[in-house]
Amino acid sequence: MAIVAQHSRFSKIAWPVLAWIVGLLFFFPIFWMVLTSFKTDADAVKPEYLFFFTPTLENYANMTENYDYWRFATNSVIVSVFATAFTLFVGIPSAYAMAFNPSRSTKDVLMWMLSTKMLPAAGVLYPMTFLTKNILGIFDTHFLVILVLSLINLPIVIWMLFTYFKEIPKDIIEAGKMDGVNTWGEIREILIPLAWGGIASTALLCFIFCWNEAYWTVRLTTTDAATLSKLIEGNRAPEGLFFGRLSAVSTAAVGPIVVLGWFCQKQLVQGLTFGAVK
Amino acid sequence: MGRIVLENVTKSFGDAHVIPPLDLTIEDGEFTVFVGPSGCGKSTLLRLIAGLEETTSGRIVIDDADVTEVSPSKRGLAMVFQSYALYPHMTVRKNIAFPMRMAGVPESEQEERVMAAAKSLNLVDYLDRKPGQLSGGQRQRVAIGRAIVRDPTAFLFDEPLSNLDAALRVGMRLEISEMHERMKTTMIYVTHDQVEAMTMADKIVVLQAGVIEQVGTPLELYRTPRNKFVAGFIGSPKMNFITGEEAAHYGAETIGVRPEHIQVSADSGKWTGKVSVSEHLGSDTFFHIHDTGLADTITVRADGEVSFKHGDTIHLTPREDVVHKFDAAGLRIT
Repeated sequence: MAIVAQHSRFSKIAWPVLAWIVGLLFFFPIFWMVLTSFKTDADAVKPEYLFFFTPTLENYANMTENYDYWRFATNSVIVSVFATAFTLFVGIPSAYAMAFNPSRSTKDVLMWMLSTKMLPAAGVLYPMTFLTKNILGIFDTHFLVILVLSLINLPIVIWMLFTYFKEIPKDIIEAGKMDGVNTWGEIREILIPLAWGGIASTALLCFIFCWNEAYWTVRLTTTDAATLSKLIEGNRAPEGLFFGRLSAVSTAAVGPIVVLGWFCQKQLVQGLTFGAVK
Repeated sequence: MGRIVLENVTKSFGDAHVIPPLDLTIEDGEFTVFVGPSGCGKSTLLRLIAGLEETTSGRIVIDDADVTEVSPSKRGLAMVFQSYALYPHMTVRKNIAFPMRMAGVPESEQEERVMAAAKSLNLVDYLDRKPGQLSGGQRQRVAIGRAIVRDPTAFLFDEPLSNLDAALRVGMRLEISEMHERMKTTMIYVTHDQVEAMTMADKIVVLQAGVIEQVGTPLELYRTPRNKFVAGFIGSPKMNFITGEEAAHYGAETIGVRPEHIQVSADSGKWTGKVSVSEHLGSDTFFHIHDTGLADTITVRADGEVSFKHGDTIHLTPREDVVHKFDAAGLRIT
């Protein structure tokens, strides 16, 4: 008895402590970044000013005045929203078809889609740049960024939706067919309302991936379609890092998504652990 | 109208031939039951008629129109599923109205027909509930309501009572039979329960491995089963099969005697055995008899008043006029 009691008291204290340590470990860089964003570039590199310094909004003012933060932010919103919408527009019917009318090659198609995520992006960087710049002439356009973000997120979105759709009893879809609904009707009237939670968390995750994407958005844009990732990249000056400025830009870039994630925590956790628990 | 004809219909899933070439006619207004053991293809056959499965070859004709290539929604049939398959995100009212809404029926008429269906199915008090808040029997009634309002050419039932408890099953069985008497619409009903088949059907189709073993009225199947399979499947408790010398006396490979066609006696009879188990149901008593030298167990259905204990010697006499004779291939000898 005594051992059991001791054990449970130990775990009652130890687990929360461990959780806090891990939590703080993950949170600290973000906290540091936010803190640094209120320091001048000079103060930012001095260890003695780590926690105690004179806060300044200079970096933020500088960012909106000199770097046109709002243009980058607007671009981020535009490409993330449209890419997410387009991905769902293609992904929902695809996942529906594979979940409810599977063919012999459905599994192979799913695996093949996932395998495209294994291709190193750097491998197609040159052809992508050449094609879009010299042949198609769509380099640095919203259209290109939306297209690229949609395509790189499509596999994971279809996989997630497929998993959610699989949980809907086939009978219900068949009842719909018997009740006189066509394919679009089935998707609109039955599938989407039933899988709403799954679709919402998939959309949210896709939006976050789009917002955070840096590899392609940095390389396929210059000014017109440049997103917040590009703004951060642009502040990584080669002649020395302006940590204060960089931190302010980064904070302003991740801010909106952190707030969004905060409000949708429940959906997100469900989305990230999909299939893990039932 | 609701005459359904299957011509040379086959169904294969890859290399598995579930339905070999099959012909069947279901007359307008008939209550037809497909019955057979699990995996006999009865549900597949129903799904072929519904259009939820595509035929591998052959034709399906409903009221003289070839519907083989027609989508399920355009065949004019309504189906009730074993799992009820209600739309969980809609209220009972919306579930029942759904097929009408899809067909573009005006809202006032929708409401009228929903109320009529709800009244006949005792669902008026539940119209604003979601399926999750209903009992199994109520859910099944909603599913039936959803089928009724479509005013279909035929109703298809896929083991609709399997998920209900025994008492509710008997009640729903009656309700569906009454509904058929009232509406006179063609109904096709799939079940593995021969009691449901016997009590409800105008016509029973007995299936085994996708092959129709016999088609007939319940009493035809009971009285003159075409082969051993049908004889054993229809009737409860099961028919006793006796082979060997005793069967040879009748000029048959196997003879079949129904438990209710054997008279018992303590003193004398044609066959003799020892009572292994006696089951008293009140109205009837079932005796399971060993050591007869005829078969492992002979089952007898006797009057409720008759009493024998375990180990008692019992004498049995079959009613000669209802002894069924089968040849080596298991077919009925007439």
